[in-house]
Amino acid sequence: MSHESRALPHESTAVSLGRRTVLKASLLAGGGLALEALIPLPARALGVAQQSAHATAELSAFVSIAPDSTVTIVAKNPEIGQGMKTALPMMVADELDCDWSQVRIEQADVDQERYGDQSAGGSTSTPKNWLPMRQTGAAARAMLVQAAALRWRVDATELTTARGRIFHRATGRSLGYGEVASAAAGLTPPDLHTVPLKDPAQFTIIGRPTVGVDSARIVKGEPIFGIDTRIPGMLYAIYEVAPAHGGRLVKADIEAAKRSPGVTHVVPIFGNGDAANGLADGVAIVATHWWLANQARSKLTVDWDLSAAKGHSSSVYRAKADAAIAAGPGADLRADGDPAAQLASAARRLSARYDYPFIAHAPMEPQNCTALCRDGKFEIWAPSQTPQRGLQTLQQALGIAPENVTLHQRRAGGGFGRRLMNDYMVQAAAIAKAVPGVPIQLLWSREDDMRRDYYRPGGWHSLEAGIGANGELVAFTDHFVTFGDGKTPAPAAGLNVAMPPAGLIRHLRYSQSMMPTIVTTGALRAPGSNALCFVSQSFLDEVALAAGTELPQLMLKLLGERREVPAPDSHSPAFDTGRARDVIEKVVQTSGWVHKPAQPRRAKGFAFYFSHRGYFAEVVEASVGRSDIAVHKVWVAGDIGSQIVNPMHAENEVRGAVIDGLAQALAGQAIEFVDGVVQQSNFDDFPLARIPMTPEIEIAWVKSDRPPTGLGEPALPPVIPALTNAIFAATGTRIRSLPVRLSA
Amino acid sequence: MPYRLNINGAIHQVDVPPEMPLLWVLRDELGLAGTKFGCGKGLCGACTVHVDGAAQRSCQLRVGSLGQARIQTIEHVGGTKIGARLQAAWLRIDVMQCGYCQAGQIMSAAALLGQTAHPNDEQLNAAMTGNICRCGCYHRIRSAIRIAAGMEEEPSHVA
Repeated sequence: MSHESRALPHESTAVSLGRRTVLKASLLAGGGLALEALIPLPARALGVAQQSAHATAELSAFVSIAPDSTVTIVAKNPEIGQGMKTALPMMVADELDCDWSQVRIEQADVDQERYGDQSAGGSTSTPKNWLPMRQTGAAARAMLVQAAALRWRVDATELTTARGRIFHRATGRSLGYGEVASAAAGLTPPDLHTVPLKDPAQFTIIGRPTVGVDSARIVKGEPIFGIDTRIPGMLYAIYEVAPAHGGRLVKADIEAAKRSPGVTHVVPIFGNGDAANGLADGVAIVATHWWLANQARSKLTVDWDLSAAKGHSSSVYRAKADAAIAAGPGADLRADGDPAAQLASAARRLSARYDYPFIAHAPMEPQNCTALCRDGKFEIWAPSQTPQRGLQTLQQALGIAPENVTLHQRRAGGGFGRRLMNDYMVQAAAIAKAVPGVPIQLLWSREDDMRRDYYRPGGWHSLEAGIGANGELVAFTDHFVTFGDGKTPAPAAGLNVAMPPAGLIRHLRYSQSMMPTIVTTGALRAPGSNALCFVSQSFLDEVALAAGTELPQLMLKLLGERREVPAPDSHSPAFDTGRARDVIEKVVQTSGWVHKPAQPRRAKGFAFYFSHRGYFAEVVEASVGRSDIAVHKVWVAGDIGSQIVNPMHAENEVRGAVIDGLAQALAGQAIEFVDGVVQQSNFDDFPLARIPMTPEIEIAWVKSDRPPTGLGEPALPPVIPALTNAIFAATGTRIRSLPVRLSA
Repeated sequence: MPYRLNINGAIHQVDVPPEMPLLWVLRDELGLAGTKFGCGKGLCGACTVHVDGAAQRSCQLRVGSLGQARIQTIEHVGGTKIGARLQAAWLRIDVMQCGYCQAGQIMSAAALLGQTAHPNDEQLNAAMTGNICRCGCYHRIRSAIRIAAGMEEEPSHVA
């Protein structure tokens, strides 16, 4: 294989590696090469807003080659079903030019010093790691080649590699990586900036459908999830919290629960007053079996102070939103041009209100964490999306210094953003601290999980659009009513002021009003976009039809010529109208787009969105009966850059995102509150998609020349308005409120 | 209460309250953690096992009601011809994303194929509708069942 240093045209915009990149080579115990890569990775280069303050050295990868040529690659990031435990090592292995069958994957413990950022969120793992992972693999290859060149006394440029072997064609000699791995350990590692990378056409692992590295164990039921953690002497715990959000523990009568079968400990715990980011008050019950701990709940008599929750009811929130909208626009978030004047002189004005509910993440594996406290030191096994943030929360809530914690990452049975929060980790540590020397597995019931989520917050939008004499969109305004303290929106409750058509028309105003909530909110798959796309693309569908056109055509007209629209803030990626055009045109073609109903009450709907650096246009074909909606087929066109790292997983993830979105709209998902008490409890009143509602899904990739970006999120948002726009096309009924409810 | 349970072809002696669901006997008493807890109400199918060959939600089965019933779990289903074919098909097209529900999915699928060698779409939907996959891997679940049943050669929903 020939290696040349060739970057894609826009490669430099992905991750620019700093000057202090250091490789560290060492001899593996028992012989062989161990390679660490300290890569300073500026978060800002990615447009990653969070944690941008410390652009410090990140140890991105750790690869070792044993004398028997076994390649061990550490998977540093959490695995929550997004496939990174497979995809990141694929990047390393391809540039190393070994055979995938030689590769063993080891899940890293949490160690910021060694591994830098270890998280799963925001579809950032691929763009953050695309170059560092490859460079690390390429560096290891270069050292092995150099070691072989020294042994054979030839120039390294005369050598080629393939499938974990090094070849000297001129003399017909070859050897396996393991034969020179120990010798390579004594060499000086190359500069990561200049180490040659493969021409993507030469990839042998990246881009090849690859089965997940844990799949063989999963189909046999092997115990690899957080909930499967088994430590000798372990006991099981539940943590009973107040029935209402914001509730505080006054006093607990625990005697009856203590006498319950199997129960070993009952411990009232007063938290740190910060249920959202710390430790909520509660009563822990520890028993020999989880079911026995859970049974003993009913024996507790607890006096809770629920006064803070009074008035935090869905009906009250709705009434407040109505009042806020009636009061007129809120505080300006974005004010372009003079939309008021344009509206006043518009040939036609449209106005509408849209809203969507709180929804829960409901990952299949309920929250859990296993913890052991011994002599002031903690050992913790957690399925978390942000284990490093978990360490910080442990320190804040319980005063446990990070150096006193050994944190093991366990595979998570789904994340969807729920496990960005580490409340269950803090609870498990608090219980373990109260029962020192005993390993404790805290496990939530499904009801606990449904009632103590960090929900996607509900929101209300009052929209207005002006259409000019020639059918052009001349003005667009949105008054967004959301949750917050008056200054800052609650987590995941803000408006992204890049929401289309912002940046595409001259006269536009986005304003915001807030009401307080004590309910915990947070990021749910494609946060912000999962709701805003519904608002943007539904109302623009209304505009398009009123203007005598159709949404794909209106979007193409608004997008205009191919160019980059800068993001409203310096941390977010620019919006490429050309890439947007390409996916829209692609899905129009693959779906045979026509707005006119094919049959009575059966039609197609379209929507586009740009989120998490991915461009997705989707078309849904649906039939609307009297009381039911059947989705026949969904067409997806997506651009996440030049390369799909693992097509096996990527297609699955897109289908899953589409099904997730359809369930949000159609299954009846809504979390409601009465005085802070969540009214839903399980999968009967918060339904998820089931197999009969699975439509055919056709995916078309539009491969642009940009470096690859993430896929956990951006395929979800468009499917919801594509569906509701189809419902309108089929019936004339405009869906302006989620979930979809057909009135009889 | 002491019970002698016939699980995966062996007799296991346990001493637990009669109301304890089989799920927790498997997970917390016998160390068979492949059977998963999802909802505790028989709504999601993650805890599906076979009782005398039929798919049952183990979170709803009191240990005191089991008697001499033959119980099979995901750890053992690979020892049957249908179970082995399903596991191979699951792996061939890499059905899963997070993978948490897949043990229950495979157990429901094995019970289906044990009863109906070549299920049509309706039969497949009816047998599998009790198993939620939050990641939405339903296309591949269908395909894998059809591959295992010899009804589909080339997986249709794989890259």
